Amino acid sequence: MDLLAHLPALQVIVPMLSAPLIVLLQPRGLAWAGATASALVSFAIAITLTLAVLDGQTLEYAMGGWPAPFGITLAVDALTALMLLIVTGASAVALLAAKPSIDQQIELERQPLFYSAWLLALSGLVGIVVAADAFNIFVFMEISSLASYILIAGGPDRRALPAVFKYLMMGTIGATFYLIGVGLIYMMTGTLNMADMEARLGDVTDINPVLVAAGFITIGLALKAAVFPLHVWVPNAYTHAPHMVTVFLAACATKVALYVLIRFDYMIFQAALDGHQIQFALFAMPLAILGILVASAVAMFEGHLKRLLASSSIAQIGYILLGASFVSIAGLSASAAHLFNHALAKGGLFLAVACLAYQYRDLRLSQLGGASTRMPWTCAAFVVCGLSLIGVPGTAGFISKWLLINAALGSGAWGWALVAIILLSSLMAVVYVWRIVEALYFLPPKEGEVAVSEAPMQLLIITGLVAVLNIYFGLFPQVPLDLANSAAVLLVEGTK
Amino acid sequence: MTPETAILVAIIVPLVGALAIALAGRFSANLREAATAITSISLIWVVWGLLPTLMDGGRPSIEVSEIMPGLSIAFTVEPLGMLFAALASGLWLINSIYSVGYMRGNKEKNQTRFFACFALALSATMGIAFAGNLFTLFLFYELLTLSTYPLVSHKGDAATVRSARIYLGVLLSTSIGLFLPAIIWTYSLAGTGDFTAGGILAGKLDDPEIGLLLGLFVFGIGKAAVMPVHKWLPAAMVAPTPVSALLHAVAVVKAGVFAITKIIVYVFGIDFLFDAPSSQWLVYVAAFTIVTASLVALRQTNIKRLLAYSTIAQLSYVVMAAAILKPLAEVGASLHMVAHAFGKITLFFAAGAIYVASKKTEVHQLRGIGRRMPWTMAAFTIGALSMIGVPPTGGFVSKWYILAGAFEANNLVAIFTIIASTVLNAAYFLPILYMAWFEREPVGGKEHGEAPFLAVLALCITAILTLAFFLFNGPVIELESQVVKGLN
Repeated sequence: MDLLAHLPALQVIVPMLSAPLIVLLQPRGLAWAGATASALVSFAIAITLTLAVLDGQTLEYAMGGWPAPFGITLAVDALTALMLLIVTGASAVALLAAKPSIDQQIELERQPLFYSAWLLALSGLVGIVVAADAFNIFVFMEISSLASYILIAGGPDRRALPAVFKYLMMGTIGATFYLIGVGLIYMMTGTLNMADMEARLGDVTDINPVLVAAGFITIGLALKAAVFPLHVWVPNAYTHAPHMVTVFLAACATKVALYVLIRFDYMIFQAALDGHQIQFALFAMPLAILGILVASAVAMFEGHLKRLLASSSIAQIGYILLGASFVSIAGLSASAAHLFNHALAKGGLFLAVACLAYQYRDLRLSQLGGASTRMPWTCAAFVVCGLSLIGVPGTAGFISKWLLINAALGSGAWGWALVAIILLSSLMAVVYVWRIVEALYFLPPKEGEVAVSEAPMQLLIITGLVAVLNIYFGLFPQVPLDLANSAAVLLVEGTK
Repeated sequence: MTPETAILVAIIVPLVGALAIALAGRFSANLREAATAITSISLIWVVWGLLPTLMDGGRPSIEVSEIMPGLSIAFTVEPLGMLFAALASGLWLINSIYSVGYMRGNKEKNQTRFFACFALALSATMGIAFAGNLFTLFLFYELLTLSTYPLVSHKGDAATVRSARIYLGVLLSTSIGLFLPAIIWTYSLAGTGDFTAGGILAGKLDDPEIGLLLGLFVFGIGKAAVMPVHKWLPAAMVAPTPVSALLHAVAVVKAGVFAITKIIVYVFGIDFLFDAPSSQWLVYVAAFTIVTASLVALRQTNIKRLLAYSTIAQLSYVVMAAAILKPLAEVGASLHMVAHAFGKITLFFAAGAIYVASKKTEVHQLRGIGRRMPWTMAAFTIGALSMIGVPPTGGFVSKWYILAGAFEANNLVAIFTIIASTVLNAAYFLPILYMAWFEREPVGGKEHGEAPFLAVLALCITAILTLAFFLFNGPVIELESQVVKGLN
C-alpha cells in the first residue's frame, strides 16, 4: 500500500498524536511552531486527498485492516474533500497568523495546553468528516466539542465562561439527541456503518423507530450546526472566545455539523423513508428562511463587531440549509460552494477583527474611530472580505449566491419568492457590513487615546492573503465548484 | 499591440496608475500629478488606438475567465462602448488638469486618495464600456459604485457621510434588488448574457413580461437616474467639484444610460422591443423625468444641485431617445451622451472655478460675476446654451437627431417633451446668464479674479469642444450608425 491509501487515517492521526506532544514543548514559541507544523501537514494531506478525489477516486480506509461492517472505516469523497479543505485550511491559516494575537491573550505557560486543545479540536473535526460510521462520528464530535469548550473559555475574557456553559449545555443536548437517534437505528438495523445502514434500512418493516431516529438526529445536529432557532449559543461563544479561536471555529465548526446533517438526511433517510425529501424540505426551508431574515435583521442593529459577525454567521448557515432544502443537485452544489466561500469570507473577516482587536481593546463599533488611518491595510482587507460576504460580483461570495439563486429559480413555483428573500437578505448584509465600514472609516478617533498602528506583520500578511483569496476564488472558482458539483451529484444520485 | 490586448490594457492602465499615484503621493504632490497625467495620456493612447479598428467594422473581443459554464468575464468593443470609453478617457485628462487646479486652489485634504480612487473609477468605467456580456457589465458597474464612494464621501464630515450613504444605498440596493434579478432572468431565458447584435431575447419572452424585465433593468440601473431612483445624484453633489464634473456628468451617469442603451440594443433588440406594446411605458417615464427634473431645477438655489437636476433631465433624454426604438433616435442617444458630456462638464468646471475663486455656491450670488471671471462665465454660457440646444453648440445636434427619430416613430409624447423641456431649460439657465453678465454686483463683495490657471484652461478646452461638436460630429455619427445598420 502506498502512502496515499493511508492518508485518510493520517488526516486524523497527525493532529491527534501531535496534541499530547505539544504539551511537552514548554520553551517560548515552540508550542506554536509545533501546532502550526502539524496543522500545515494536515492541510497538505487534505490537499493531496482533494487532488485524488478530483481525479475521480473515492478513497476508503479500513482501520487496522478490519473491513466494514466489523471494523471502523473512513471514506473520502468529493464532499468530504471539500470539508477537509475548509477545516484544515481554516486551522492552518488561523494558526499561521495566530502567534501575536495568542501571545497577547493567553499566558505563556498555558499556551502549550491551549495549542494542544486546538489540535484536538482539529482532529475531532476532521474525524467527523472522514468517519464512515455513525458512532465514530459521535466520538469525534465529543472530542471536538470538549476541545472547543476549552479553546473558547481559554481567553482572558471571563464572560467566555457563561458563554461556554451555554454552549456546553446546548452541545451536549445536541450530541445526546444524535446518540439517541443512532441508537434507535442500531436497534433496527444492527449496524453503525453508514453504508450498511442505508442498505439495511430498506428491509426494516417497522418504520416508526426510524422516523423517530431521523427526528432526533436532525434536531440534534441542527443544534450543533446553530440552525435557527437553535443558535442561541453562537453569539456569545464567538464574541468572547480568543480572537483566533473565533477565526477557526467560525470558519468551520458549525459547518461540520451541517455536513453530517446533510449526509444523514440525503444518504440514509431519503433512501429508506418514503417522502423524507418533502419532510426534510418542509422542516429545513422555513427555518432557513427565518434564520436568514431574523439573523440578518439582528446583525443590522448589533453594536458589537464580533457579535454582529456572529449573527451574520447564523444567517449564512441559513443560506447553506436553504440550498440543501431544495433537494436538487443545483441546490446542494450551491450549498457546498457556500460552505467553502463563506468560510473564506467569514474567516477573513474574523482575521481582520483579530488585527483590530490587537490594537483596540473594545470592539464595539462606536469605539473603532480612526481605524482606517491607523490600520489602513487591515481595513482594506476587511472591506474586501465584507464585499465577499455581501456577495458582490468578483468575489467568492457572489459565486455561491448566484448558484443559490439559480437553484431557487429551478425549485418550482415559489422560486421567485425565494430569490426575493435571498436578494433582500443581501441588501441587509450591505447594511450591516456598511455600518462597520462607516465606523472604521468615518468615526473620529477618541480623544486622549494613544495612537495605535497596524497589527503585527504576521497577522496582517495572512489576513491580506485571505482577502486576496476571496477575490481569486470569485474569478477562478473552478476547484471548489467541481468539488461542490460532484458532491451534490453523489448525494442526490446516491439515494437512487 | 493587438486590439484584443488593448482592451485589457485599457482596464489595467488606470489600475496600475492608481497604484503609482498612491505610491508617488508619499513622496511629492508633483510626482503624483505626473503619475495621473502619464496614466491618463497612456489611457487615451490605448483607447483611441482602438478607433480605426472600430471604424473598419472590427469588433475585437476577448474572454478572460469562464467562471461557470455560460457565465464569463469577457470584453467586446462595439461602437457604443467605443464612444463611451473614448469620451471618458479623453475627458479624464482634461478633468485631471482641472482637478490639480481645483484641489490645490481649495487646499483639499487626502488628495492622494482622491486621485488614486479617480483612477480606479476610470478602470471600472473602461470595464463597463467594453463589457461583452451582462455579467461583466454588472461586475464593473458595482466596482464603479464602490470606487466612487470614497470620492463622494471625500470631505468625511457627518453631513457628507450621510449623503454618501444615500449614494451608496440607492445605487447598491437598486443594482442588487432589481438589476441582478433582471440579469439572472435574462440568463435563465436566453442561456447567455452576451451582447449580440439584434438581441438575445427575441421569441423567448412574451408581452407583459417584456415590459417588466425592461423595468427591472431601467430602475435597476440606478446610475441612469430615471425617476424615482434619482435621489442619489443630488446627494452626490457633496463631492468635490471635479468628481461631480467627470463622474456625475460623464463617467458614472453615462455608464447608466450607456448600459440601458446597450441592453435595449443588444439584449432586447430594438425591433423586438418596438413590437412589444408593454415596453412603451419607458418613453412616458423618461418624459416624466425630463419634465419633472426640469421643474425641480427651476426651484434650486444651489448651483451644483441645479446642475444635478439638469443632469437628471438630460440623462432621461438619452433613455427616451433609446426608448423611441428608431435608428435615428438611437444615433441621437449616443450623440447626446457626447454633447451633454461636453456641455455639463463645462458647467461643473465653471461652478467649481467660481467656488475656488469666490467660495460662492448659490445662484443668487452670481450677480455681476461675469466681469470678474469673464473666461469662466463665457464657458458657462456656452455650456448652458448647449443644454438648451441652441446652435452652434453640440446640444443642438443631438436634439435634432432625437427629434428626427421621434418624428419617424410618430411619437408625439417624445416630441412635446423635447419642446417643453427646451423651454424649461431656457427658463432656468437664461436668468443665470442674465444675472451674471448684465446685473450689477452688490457692493461690499469679496474681491476676486479668475480661478487658478489650470482650472480655467480646462474649462475653456471643454467649452471649445462643446462648440466644435456642432461642426465636427461626422465621425461619431458614422461610428454609431454602424449600431443600427441593417435595421428598419
